[in-house]
Amino acid sequence: MTHTSPHTAPRLSMRTRRAIWVWAFLALPVLFYSVIRFYPTIDAFRLSFTDWNLMSEPSYIGLQNYRDMFASAEFWKVFRNTFAYLIIGTPISLILSFVIAYFLDRVRFGHTFLRALYFLPFITTASAMGWVWRWFYQPAPTGVINSVLGAVGMGQLDFLRSTTWALPSIMVTAIWAGLGFQIIIFMAGLRSIPQTYYEAAKIDGVGDFAVLRKITLPLLKPTTVFLVVFSSIGFLRIFDQVYNMTTNDPGGPLGTTKPLVLMIYQTAFNSYQMGAAAAQTVVLFTILLVISLLQLWILRTR
Amino acid sequence: MAATDTGMTPPLPMARIRPGRIVTWTVLSIGGVLMITPILFMFSTSLKTAGQIYDLRLIPQNPTLANYVAVLTEGQFPRWFLNSAFVAICVTVSNVFFDSLVGYTLAKFRFRGRQFVFIAILSTLMIPTEMLVIPWYLMAADLGWLDSYWGIMFPGMMTAFGTFLMKQFFETVPDDFIEAARMDGLNEFTIWWKIAMPLVTPALSALAIFTFLGNWTAFFWPLISTTSKELYTLPVGLTSFAVEQAIQWEMIMTGAAIATIPTLLVFLALQRYIVRGVMLAGLKG
Repeated sequence: MTHTSPHTAPRLSMRTRRAIWVWAFLALPVLFYSVIRFYPTIDAFRLSFTDWNLMSEPSYIGLQNYRDMFASAEFWKVFRNTFAYLIIGTPISLILSFVIAYFLDRVRFGHTFLRALYFLPFITTASAMGWVWRWFYQPAPTGVINSVLGAVGMGQLDFLRSTTWALPSIMVTAIWAGLGFQIIIFMAGLRSIPQTYYEAAKIDGVGDFAVLRKITLPLLKPTTVFLVVFSSIGFLRIFDQVYNMTTNDPGGPLGTTKPLVLMIYQTAFNSYQMGAAAAQTVVLFTILLVISLLQLWILRTR
Repeated sequence: MAATDTGMTPPLPMARIRPGRIVTWTVLSIGGVLMITPILFMFSTSLKTAGQIYDLRLIPQNPTLANYVAVLTEGQFPRWFLNSAFVAICVTVSNVFFDSLVGYTLAKFRFRGRQFVFIAILSTLMIPTEMLVIPWYLMAADLGWLDSYWGIMFPGMMTAFGTFLMKQFFETVPDDFIEAARMDGLNEFTIWWKIAMPLVTPALSALAIFTFLGNWTAFFWPLISTTSKELYTLPVGLTSFAVEQAIQWEMIMTGAAIATIPTLLVFLALQRYIVRGVMLAGLKG
């Protein structure tokens, strides 16, 4: 304990010594969070009020980026796409994962193995699996799905080449990749419900469905809210799958699969319109903030 | 994981196995196999020749490792593989060290500004990475960090999530342990490193596994921050490789398999820790 500098008293109080340790521990982290998290956040807001193509000096243009963005048809198309991923993807993935978790929780034989099968896709690399699914969606005879459809005498689907089906096709890939996580969280939630509730219901002769509706689902509410938010945020930030499944025309065909993050990427790193891209990130931030606050509000007024 | 299952329901006598259970089990098994079908097909096709890829049999007729040899010798996959491993390991070590140091400090010291630091760090969870990438890119460009390992790593060296997770766990460590160590004259760093850290190894392993997997599969920032192929991480390299290969699906599947194999190995070796870690993280988070 020779943590004394020459001009201070040789014996520091316990309190002071501990405070020195604390701030020694926190020095680098405080620097990190200030420079790598807080400063960039403020910078993103600041940039959103500028016109800047990296070549010339940035010039302040007030709210012009926001005005241009809200007036552009492309932005609203992307906005609709992003919410299509969210509004269709979240309920489907939640219902699927709950049903699987509910039944998987009751299975004893081969439980760990079955759980592993469902969980495995979650830890795969999204860019790699994007290509696997892209291959699945190819026309026959390359694509597995169309080959199977052909073999059973059904018509072919265009999947990624269709302006109608491309977005759902990519969404399936994203749901598939996230399902394992949601199943595990639902199972953890199911396990945390005290067994005594179920035993009491059994003694009273309450049926399975009534138990599910009256005991399981209400007690699972915090888990469900967490997963709704987690899944929503995941769909709002979708990028890897879309980018990899549509590399020949990112966000295509005709921009029908393009989500907000891909638009941000293209605005910033293909067109180098840093100000406009920053304004788009502010929109994303605002949406995510509203969703997080909604979660807090729902759980507080429980 | 069998141990965690005991005590939930008593073992059922054979006579009580109802048909409903068999149906449930069968449907769940079919669903489980469907879930890994894309992964199985990926491996299957990676073992086929170009001429065989229209043959959709899952077990290849004449499995060959020729694609792997070609991809690993002709392409830059070994380099990308090492890049990914290096980046993921460095970021993981940094997170395990700093997130737990900060988590410990916030959990076990009472000092002025503690609440402020905690809330400040926690509030960064609200800021999406996508909002930060443009300022990071500009900062990295100014400082000459673009197209370097440090450039890929610096945004993730500490995370609020990891700090929060570790703080939760350090709070369960009894103060008596720490006081006793102080009586023995150990300094605060040694107390953290030698006394407190060994008591939270489950949380540390969960944090390490997630940080590693998250960085191994990371795509968005590495895509933005690297331009020369030598510095690509595996996911970014795979994308550029797949774009070049265009319709040589057996080669693309081989590349995808190479990117997937390490995560599969990590999962098979550490399944119980991963699943428990997801539960921990999900419930605490």
